[in-house]
Order: sequence, then C-alpha cells, then structure tokens
Amino acid sequence: MELRKPPPVRRLTGYEVPSSPPSNGNGLHAAAGFRLPARLGAPSMVAIDRMQVEELSVSYGHKPAVQSVSLPIRQGEVLALIGPSGCGKTTLLRSLNRLTELTRGASLRGRITLDDVDVAHMDATALRRRVTMVFQQPNPFPMSVFDNVAYVLREQASRRPRRAAVQGAVHEALARAGLLDEMAGSLDHPALRLSGGQQQRLCIARALAANPQVLLLDEPCSALDPVSTRLIEELIAKLREDVAVVIVTHNLQQAYRVADYVAFMYLGELVEYGSAHKMFGSPREQRTKEYIGGAFG
Amino acid sequence: MDEDDLLEPDRSTAQDRRAELSLGALVFAVLALLLAMFAFVLHEGWPSFAHNGLGWFGGGGSVDQQIQAIFTSGDLKTTPVYTFHAWPLIWGTILITAGAVVIAFVSSLFVAVFLVEFSPEWLRRMLDPVVRLLASVPSIVYGLAGVLVIVPLIGNHLITETEKASVTPAIQLSGASVLAAVLILTVMIAPIMIAVFADGLRAVPRGWLEGSLALGINPWRTFWKVGVRTARPALIAGTVLATARALGEAIMLSLVSGGVPFAPNPADGFPIFLFEPTQTLAATIIRNGDQLDSPPMKHTLYAIAAVLLFSAAMLSLIGWAAKQPMRRYGVVA
Amino acid sequence: MSTAITASARRHERPTASWRLTDRLGLGLAWLLGLLFCAIAGAIVVFFLIEGVRYLRPALLVTNPVAGVSQGETGGFLDPLLGTVIIGAMAMAIAIPVGVAIAVWLSEFGRPTLMARVAESAIEMMAGEPAVVLALFGLTLFELPALGFLSQTSHGVVLGQSFFAAAALLSLVGLPLVVASTREGLQAIPAHVREASYALGKTKIATTRRVLLPAARPSVITGSMLGLGRVIGDTAIVLLLLGGTLTFQPANSTPVLGVLRGTGDTLTGYMYYNSPAGDGNSHSKAYAAAFVLMLIVLALNLGVDVVVRRSRRAVRWS
Repeated sequence: MELRKPPPVRRLTGYEVPSSPPSNGNGLHAAAGFRLPARLGAPSMVAIDRMQVEELSVSYGHKPAVQSVSLPIRQGEVLALIGPSGCGKTTLLRSLNRLTELTRGASLRGRITLDDVDVAHMDATALRRRVTMVFQQPNPFPMSVFDNVAYVLREQASRRPRRAAVQGAVHEALARAGLLDEMAGSLDHPALRLSGGQQQRLCIARALAANPQVLLLDEPCSALDPVSTRLIEELIAKLREDVAVVIVTHNLQQAYRVADYVAFMYLGELVEYGSAHKMFGSPREQRTKEYIGGAFG
Repeated sequence: MDEDDLLEPDRSTAQDRRAELSLGALVFAVLALLLAMFAFVLHEGWPSFAHNGLGWFGGGGSVDQQIQAIFTSGDLKTTPVYTFHAWPLIWGTILITAGAVVIAFVSSLFVAVFLVEFSPEWLRRMLDPVVRLLASVPSIVYGLAGVLVIVPLIGNHLITETEKASVTPAIQLSGASVLAAVLILTVMIAPIMIAVFADGLRAVPRGWLEGSLALGINPWRTFWKVGVRTARPALIAGTVLATARALGEAIMLSLVSGGVPFAPNPADGFPIFLFEPTQTLAATIIRNGDQLDSPPMKHTLYAIAAVLLFSAAMLSLIGWAAKQPMRRYGVVA
Repeated sequence: MSTAITASARRHERPTASWRLTDRLGLGLAWLLGLLFCAIAGAIVVFFLIEGVRYLRPALLVTNPVAGVSQGETGGFLDPLLGTVIIGAMAMAIAIPVGVAIAVWLSEFGRPTLMARVAESAIEMMAGEPAVVLALFGLTLFELPALGFLSQTSHGVVLGQSFFAAAALLSLVGLPLVVASTREGLQAIPAHVREASYALGKTKIATTRRVLLPAARPSVITGSMLGLGRVIGDTAIVLLLLGGTLTFQPANSTPVLGVLRGTGDTLTGYMYYNSPAGDGNSHSKAYAAAFVLMLIVLALNLGVDVVVRRSRRAVRWS
C-alpha cells in the first residue's frame, strides 16, 4: 500500500443528533407531520472527508444531465442521492469513479477530489479500486461465488495470487456482506444460481473485497424483494464506519432508514443537501417538501 | 371418438397436425439422407480399411505408387490391389490444419478483441465489412493468390540453394510447401474466426464489463477475464467452424501445398521441413476423383472420405462437449 | 450503440503505467495484430482490385472459352459466369424452401424432442462437412441408373455429372446457413406475437405463414445470401459433379433441360482451369474471373447489410 496524505478528520459539527431520535420506530415528527419509519443504526461520531464534488456539470452531447453540483462525501456517514427519475443522480454517482467516461459523448466540467487529489489526474483504474460501485441490476460474473470475490483480489494484484492466499480475504469480504454463513458450504456454486438478494450482496462483497474508501450503490435494492432489501439496508448501516457510502435510491423510506445525509436532485440540479434528519423533518426548499411529502404524506 | 363427435369438427387442429407431420417428414428425410450418406461412405470405404487394417493409418511406401497400383488393378480386371498407407496424407493434413488453426486462433482472438473493444471507432467501421467480405471470399481465390504470389515468393527467396540441395534426391523444393499452405489457410480461416469471435464478444452483457471496471480492474484485464471468458462458446463455435473448413479444403490446398503425397520430415531440420511439399486427405480425393470407375480406387477414396467425415463429426462433438461445463456457470444460456 | 465500453476511457489517461506487464503486452499485441490484420486485409483487397482492373476486359464477359494457343485466342468466360448464376439459382431453389421448412419445424414444432436435438446437431454438423465428401457421394449417387434422367449418358452408362447433380449437392452446402439464420430470426420473435395470433383463433401453421415468416423474412434473406455465397464459391463439387467442361455441353438438344442435364463450369472451376494446376494456366484470365467472383460476393455482402439495416429500422417489438 502506498502512503497517502492522511485525510482531514473533522468533528461532526453540522450534524445535530436528534434529541429524541426517531429510531424507536414510530416517532411522529412534529415539524413535518410525517410518520417516519425506523432508522437503522446511528451515524459514526467521527467523519472523515473523503471526496469533494465541486461545481460538477456533466452533459451527454448537448443534453445536460448534472448542473454545477457541489457536495462532500464523508467516511462515517451514508449519503443518499434522491430525486425523480432522470434527475441526474445516477450520472452524478457514475462520475464519482469516472464511469461516465464509458458513455460516448459524455463531457464533464468541474472538479472531483479524492483525499484532495483531483480524480481527473488519477489513473481511472486506480481510482476505481478506491471508489467501487454496485449496480442496480445484480451483475455477478458467470463464475463460482468464491471466484467472484477472488476475481477482484486476483486481478488487482500485481501478480496472480494462489487460492489459499486470497481465501482469507474472500471469507472476510463475504462476512462483511453477511453472506459467509449462508454460503459456507456452497462457495463453489455458480453465482448466477443465487437468489437476487444474495447476488446483490455478493456484488457488495465483491466491491468490498479490495478495501475501497468509497462505496457507490446505484439503487441496489430496486430489483429485490422486501426481505433482501432489509438485509442490504442493515448491511449498509453497518458499513458506514469503514467506508464512505453513497447510495442512489428512489425509495425515500429507504433513504430515511439508511442515510445520514441526503441530497435532493431535480432536473440535474442539487436542490437541497442536508442531514437526513433535517431533510425529512424540515426541508428548506418548497420542491423538496413537495417531493418528500409525496412519499410520506 | 364419441367426444370428438360432440364437438364441432376441428379443422384447424387437423391442419396443424398435417403441417407438423409434413414438416417433420421433411426433416426426417434430410436426416435419413445424411445418415444414408454416412453409412454409404463407410460401407464403400470398408474394403480399403479391411484389407489394410490399422496399417491404413500408418506409413510405408510411396502413396503415389500405391494409388497408381490400386487404380490400374481395377482397370485390368486382375485381382484388386488395396494396399494403402495413408500416413503421409494424414500427417500433411494434421500439420497444415493444426498449424493454420493454432496461428489463426491466437491472432483472431487478439484481432477480435482489438476490433470490438480497443480499436478507434472509424477503424472498426471500416474493418467490420472487410472481415465479413474476407470470410466469404471463395477459397479458390485465396488459392490463386497463393499459388501465383506466395509460392514463387517462398520458392525463389526463402529457400536457399543449399536447402534445396540437402533434400534433393528425396523431394524437390519448389515453394509449394507446408509453409505456403499454412499461410494461405490461416489467411482464409482467420476472417471466419474473427467474424464469429467478434459477434460473441459484442454479445457480452455490458453489465459484467462495467461491473468489473467499477471494481478497479483495468480495461484489458476486464475484457480478457470477463469478456473473452464469457464469449468462450463463440470462441469454440468459431474454431470448430474454421477447423472444419480447413479440414475439408481440397482445391486450394492442392494448389499451394504441392500436391505431392510426401510426409514432411521434421528431422530434415527446422525451416527445411516447412518448405517440403505435402498433400492433404481432401486434396487426394479431388485429385483422383475421376478414377471412380476403378472399384478398388473407389473404395480407397471412400475410405479417405470416411476419415474426413468422421473427423468432422468428432470436431462438432468436441465443440459440443467443450461447451457443456460452461452451462453450469451460466455462460451458455 | 457500440458496446466498446473501455475504449473511450483510454483517451484521458496515460493508462498502462500501473498495469501488469502481461496486460501491457497483451494490449500491445492486440494493437499489433489488429494493425497487421488491417494491412493484410488491405493488401488482399488492393491486390485483387489491381489485378482485376488490369486484366478484366468487357470482351471476357461476353465471349466463351475456346481452346487456343495464345492468350488472345482462349476467349472469355461467358459460360462459366452463366454457370455460376444457374448453379446458384438451382441450389438455392432447393436450399431455401427446405431450409425454411426445417427451421420452422425446429423452432415452432420440434417434437419429438429427441429428433429435434438430433436434427439440430446434424444440421450443425452439415455445416462442417467437407464438400469433397459430398461431391464423392453425389458422384456415386447420380451414377445410379434410376437417376440417369438427371444427367448425361453415353452408350447407356450414366456419367452422373450435370447441373442437376451439382445443384442438388450444393444445396446441402447452402442449407445449414439458411436453417441457422431463419431459426435465429424465428426465435427472436417474442412469444407474445405468437400468442396474440393464437388468441385470434389462428392455427399454428397459419400463424407461421402469415405472421412469423414475414417477420423473419430479413433473416431468411440474410441466410440465403450467405448460403449463396458459399455455393458459388465452391470448387470441389463443381469439378467433380459439374464436369468442369469450360462451356455448356448439353446432354441433348432440348432447350433448357438439355443444358441442365449436361455439364458445364462455373467461375471457380474456370479459375482452377486457369491456375497453374489446370490445363489453361493463364493467370490473367484467372485473376479476371476472381475479380468478377469477388464482386459478386461483395454484392451479396452489401445485400445482407442492407437487409439487416432495413429490418433493424422496421421491426420493433415493443
């Protein structure tokens, strides 16, 4: 591992810990009058600045998709990007590890930094090792469960390691994704035979295998049943200590359950950004109010 | 029957049944024809195998003289002669086919990967139709270019006089050689492979490739480990198809390989044995195809045909078997 | 949309510095072989273009081959050209209906399953069958006295060589391509289209005829053109079963049937005749014929392109 400049550690000042946290499950929020669902876990007390998005604009040809968005991404917190379909939240997510470059005609302005280094100056492959992504549609490779996770370790390494050498790391990654116990006897089974929820958790395990600093999740639960969704949300809540998590979701309840910070996007613009507590409790903007109200009202 | 009478006479299902039966009968007829061909070829070739036993596949003597003796024995109404040792032909076929398939496979794989994933867009647009054109150019056209351009080139510039002298009593080095055959055959089958490989690589789900890139695997590894791996069925299909073409190629190879039933001898030294001429099994059939009125000749040619047919069948069986383990991991739907 | 998803990423970075050596070598090799292929492909195309333009004269297309001593006296290749057209048309006249029927049975009926599987692999195997073996088989088959009416006879002996005989065997060369393409086209039609037709009370066969086959027509045409390309490119069957007599040698004086029962030649056979291995051995004539043959193949390929592009624009199953 190369030495990196230690990231700035920041006390959580902007985050008001709710005096009566609605985590008891049936708290009726006074200000908004919404019935809010239970939250999962508590935010970490220490947040580390990982990425900084500054005045980012992305367009496909002449069609703007994201317009001058700025926001921070911190380890210790889960950031949820919400907004109606086509509002640019997935584009924003994909530009964080430069996957937008794979789309022909996509152009990008503004700056994204990872630990104070402009990602545009980094090698894309190196960037994507530190900022990994899980997609909406579970996409395990047509290999065994073990090989799916080992793939990352093997192919990232400068020399292909033996099975025994990666075994520990594979098990650890599967354990972090809560899959190890379920999969214990069937690591050599084809990954495509797993259920949708297991496939998606395998994808998360795969994304965690190489210890990234940022994990991007693009609507990870939209193709899944409620039970699998629940499992993945619990997993996300647990992960926030070790990795900065950014999740795109169209499910506001999910955003509320897992996120510490929420960014609401509309037509490519960042309308409002704030703590989940504030965004769902007393949003500043009318548009946010209307969008969130539509879900909880 | 009684129940049927209660209902209205169902003409539509009767129509369907008739159609199914007649289509099925046609398919059955084609299958029967193929089977009959198989049986017939084997039956006609049997006397040659029966007389020579396993020696048929072995070496010994000059194939040319044997063929001459077989042919004339049929003509003179004497005891038919069957002695035939096909090893030079088999060895020539193996050498040329294997050489061309191996070279073509490796280069086609890289070219297909380049074409699908790493080439600039304008080049790709230009090359796609060219690949398909080259894949459908008749083999005789390649043979013509080979015999008029490549063979003299090898004969006049690549082979030295000392090399020619070193094998002089046994064989003449004119340029028509294993090397020329392998080169031309490679050029002929590579576009077929590239076309099939590229189709397979293009069909690899984008999600897998993006998923791998998003995990920080570099583009080459991603395409090699996920793309090429996923496209393995297409690689097998293309290779089987191209190998079958190579195996069955007769005219073109008889033009450029010299048409001398000689077994190139690796003991003659590395470059020299590639310069030696040979003849393939398929080319032997075409060269002697006008001698079927001599019964022993006919049986001998059918025996060669049976070997070719059997190899083609084995090839498609191997291709099928090679795809089986991939089903388990979902590579093949 | 192109599927090249890693290509554009390359532009922004000096990428390979951090890669494994094998990866860098692999990428380099891909570029090298890709460019080498471009060079070889370009050389082949340019070579035949130059030789073709140099040797092809309009007179060659309208005169018949004659035996002669010097280049100027041996005539052109009118009959072989016509032979290619005739043999292609006859072979496809058999291969297309039979191929479509087999494809329909495989994709729409396919019972009993065992027979379907056997048929599937048999057709696949047929594509890999050596043409010489077919030719040898055909020669024996058409020598049967019972099939003598299809070919020439001399003194009561059936020779087994004729346009009928060659076309029959060549149809087996084109057949697998027609079957494969048609079947692919039929299977690409979503189930709801069939169900919609059945729901209207149409029979299976009526659905196939009125709905499925028209929808799969581009695939049928594509397969037929590819099959035709194979058929007219074949030499082995032509030499053994068509006789390889440079001009038409009608079996008798009956206008059309006489020619079809007689022997003849195609462009491929003519090329073989004019190659160093043949009796003509005139490479200028061979190159001219090769050029014409390549133009025909090119036209077929462009035809496939047009059909595929049109069908992509026209058919949208939503």
